[in-house]
This record gives sequence, structure tokens and C-alpha cells, in this order.
Amino acid sequence: MSDTLAGNKTTAGPTDGLAVLEQTRSAAETYGIPLAVLLEITHRCPLQCPYCSNPVELDRGSTELTTDEWTKVLSELAELGVLQIHFSGGEPTARKDIVELVQHATDVGLYSNLITSAVLLTKDKLSALADAGLSHVQISFQGNEPLVADRVAGLKDAHRKKLEVAKWTRELDMPLTVNAVMHRQNLHQLPDIIQMAVDLDADRLEVANVQYYGWALKNRAALMPTVAQIEETSRIVEEAQVRLKGTLAIDYVVPDYYALRPKKCMGGWGRQFFNISPAGKVLPCHAAESITGLEFESVRSNHSIAWIWQNSEAFNRYRGTGWMPEPCKSCEFREVDYGGCRCQAFALTGDAGNTDPACALSPRHEEIFKQAERESAGSQNRFLYRNFAGGTLETDERQEKPQDKSHGA
Amino acid sequence: MASRNISVSETSRPKLPRHTRLKFDETRQVWVILAPERVLAPDEIAVEVLHLCDGVRSVAEMVDQLAEKYAAPREAIATDVIAMLQDLADKGFLTEVRESTA
Repeated sequence: MSDTLAGNKTTAGPTDGLAVLEQTRSAAETYGIPLAVLLEITHRCPLQCPYCSNPVELDRGSTELTTDEWTKVLSELAELGVLQIHFSGGEPTARKDIVELVQHATDVGLYSNLITSAVLLTKDKLSALADAGLSHVQISFQGNEPLVADRVAGLKDAHRKKLEVAKWTRELDMPLTVNAVMHRQNLHQLPDIIQMAVDLDADRLEVANVQYYGWALKNRAALMPTVAQIEETSRIVEEAQVRLKGTLAIDYVVPDYYALRPKKCMGGWGRQFFNISPAGKVLPCHAAESITGLEFESVRSNHSIAWIWQNSEAFNRYRGTGWMPEPCKSCEFREVDYGGCRCQAFALTGDAGNTDPACALSPRHEEIFKQAERESAGSQNRFLYRNFAGGTLETDERQEKPQDKSHGA
Repeated sequence: MASRNISVSETSRPKLPRHTRLKFDETRQVWVILAPERVLAPDEIAVEVLHLCDGVRSVAEMVDQLAEKYAAPREAIATDVIAMLQDLADKGFLTEVRESTA
């Protein structure tokens, strides 16, 4: 979900007659406060997606910031010049105070987006969120029909519920983004997912290939697409971007395993993005806590958010290009991709300071690519579902006889 | 529900939809348009035009007003204003108030 904020996507639609602010900023403003901040207000979620972007070590409900603490954070962010808030999770509507938080964001002048699984929303709740000033709803879909979608989500009746909430979103005249996370076990549904987004009257569709760290890395063998699947995916997306111009904007996040160059993850560490975890940690990336040995400051500390952004050790460790080893250090692309993803470098090489193995120049690239390719061709389709207990392996019954027949398509 | 895929002409009465907000960013000292997942930085002329988009004024009236203010050829202004508004409309950041036919 939060991959929406990563820099590695191609955007469809008309060319920008109006400049996007990031692109016109002067060098001096490079580390200015980000325009948008992702708030992961809880890790609680009724879904159990095996590629969840939350860390494997989830923050428990008891550690979450209180309503007062979040409203204080929102006021501070507005004061600093942040313009947009993405309320995410976990499932943000699992917080009983979600309407109050959106209302406070509106009161202090912030533009609110909700990134949701939708399954907990009633029409009244959604309407109350709209009245509180919510401006955009982004709903995750796991497929285009319940058999695949509910199995991936690990929740019965989830898909039907999502369709219902998507419809209410448009009835309430809020713009809708459909977020589809793609992997080997649902890529065959992509053309139908695109049509589903059109039928739901969505404004945008994000086709985001799974990025493999945290839960997704644990599930890589069950999720990794084949090279042929990816080529077909890119073809389908490109065709749809042209065909649906003016109707549906399609953002496409490519899987970096099969790229030769790494993604400009987060637009570069500590350059234009931070998020705040349920327990109040200020992070350069939503997966950053997977990097052991880095200390992240909390909004509960004595430091201001501005201080943490500008001065904390964790934000400065991989900021810019000074930290880079070879082959990044002398690479002509070092300010294009900033060495790729630190979390992926850590997960795959044990050192976040190494070149992201997604880069063809990494000494580990060949080995990792070959392993992914082997996994993609394998028959290990069983998921390890995301939960607070460190994950639960999918049962044979579920895998062979997809659940939820009572709600067939 | 707001109509999309609008075609901007002199008779259009455009306005920003509820989810598109024109705001002065005090921190960066620029006008911005806030939209889903986007922050746009319109130039001075675009800001002036957008302030006129109240759903009541027609594009023709806006063009008249701007042509008079800048003592510029009406035709050139009309071309620029319509192109700018159409670009915003294509992105879904502009809506139109239609005469009720009910």
C-alpha cells in the first residue's frame, strides 16, 4: 500500500502542464520538509496479506500513540509545512478515533488521503469521514473475484465488501484509487482488475508489483512472478494506459528483481519522505525498522519532528551520496537512484550500506536474480499469512479448495 | 456526482471539485493545488484563472475580464485559458456546473 509513495513508478495520463513541486525545488530545498507524510496509525488489520509492507515485528495496540498524541503530531506536521497526510496502517479504520483524526487534519489545513482495506467501513462511517474532510480514498484489492482475492487477503467475504465500499466512495463524490498488489498468483487477473477499476469509476489504479522485504520476503517463493509474466504485465499496463487515457490513470510499480537498475527507493533515503509508525517512530521508509542497528527517534522523545528529520542519526546515515561504497560511489547514476533500497540491501546482503542487489552492478545481483527465477518457476504456492504471532502457514484445505464459495463471483 | 471527461469551452462554468484544493503554502510561499497523491504548483496566471473558477462565471466572462485587465488580445487569452483548464480537467482536477435540465 505504502509503495504508492515510492519513487519508482511511471505515471499515465496527460503530460504535466503544471509542474510537480518536487521537480522544481532548488538544491537548497532538497531536504525541506516533505509535502506528504504517511501515518501508519495502527498495525492492527483484519487482513493477513502475505506481502504486507508492515514490518514482521508489528507494533501492538497497547504501544500505539493516543488520540491526543496523533492530533499533536498532525498539528506539528501542518506547522512544518506538510500539505498532505496519508492515513494508513495496518487498517487505519481499526482505530476508533479515525474520524476525529481526519477532522483534526482538516482543521489544521491538511489534505487527507485514506489508504484502507475497506472491510471495516460502514456507509455511515465513510460518510462521517467525508464530512470530516477526507479528500481521497485508496482501496486495496487482492484480485478481481473472491476466490483469489479472499484467499490472498486471508479473510472471507473481503472482496465483496471492498466492492461495496468502493461504490459508496464514488456515491459520496470522493475520488477513488484502486490499489492492486500483483504477484505470481494473481497476475493472470490483471486485465480483469483493470476493467474492475473502470467499472468502479475509479480515478486511478495502482498496479504495484510486490516489493520483497519483510513479509513479502518470507513469502517470496510463493509470490515471485516469472520473467515472462512480468513482460506480459508491462505490455498489458502500457496498452491500458494508452486505451484508458482520460478515464483511468494507471501508475505502475515495477518489480525491481527483474530490473537492471535499482529503484530510487523513497526518492532517496531522507530526501523527500518520512513516515510515522503506530508507536510514534519517525522513519525514512515504512520498512526501515527491519534494519537492525539503526536507532529511530520517536515523536514521544524530547525532539521535534523537524529536528528528527534534519538531524537524527538514522536519517543522516544514508542520506545523499557520502555514505556510498563502490560500485555506487563512482557510478554516474548515484544521484539518479541513490543506490536503490537500503532495506533490500540489508535483507539480502546483511548490510544496509551495500549496493542494492537489484542493481546489475551489485556483486550479488546475479546470484539473487537466479534464485528468484528458480523460485518463480517452482510450485510452492502456500502463503505465510501476516499476523501478530509471526505468521501462520496456509493450510492445505484453504489452498486447494479456495474458501468462500457462498460468495462466488 | 461530479462529471468527468469535460470539454472546456467558452460556455463552461468550471470550478475546482471538493477534492482539489487551491491553497497558499505559507512555508514555501507559493500557491499549490492539492489533489489525490499530487501537489501541483500553478504559475501566477493559472492561480489568477483558478480564483475565477467559482462555478458561476463562464470561461467567456473570465477571458473578457483578463483581456481587459492585461489589455491583451482576447483570442490569445482565450486559447491559453482554455488549454490550461482543459489540462486540469483531463487530470480530474476540475469540474463543471451544468444547467439543470430536470
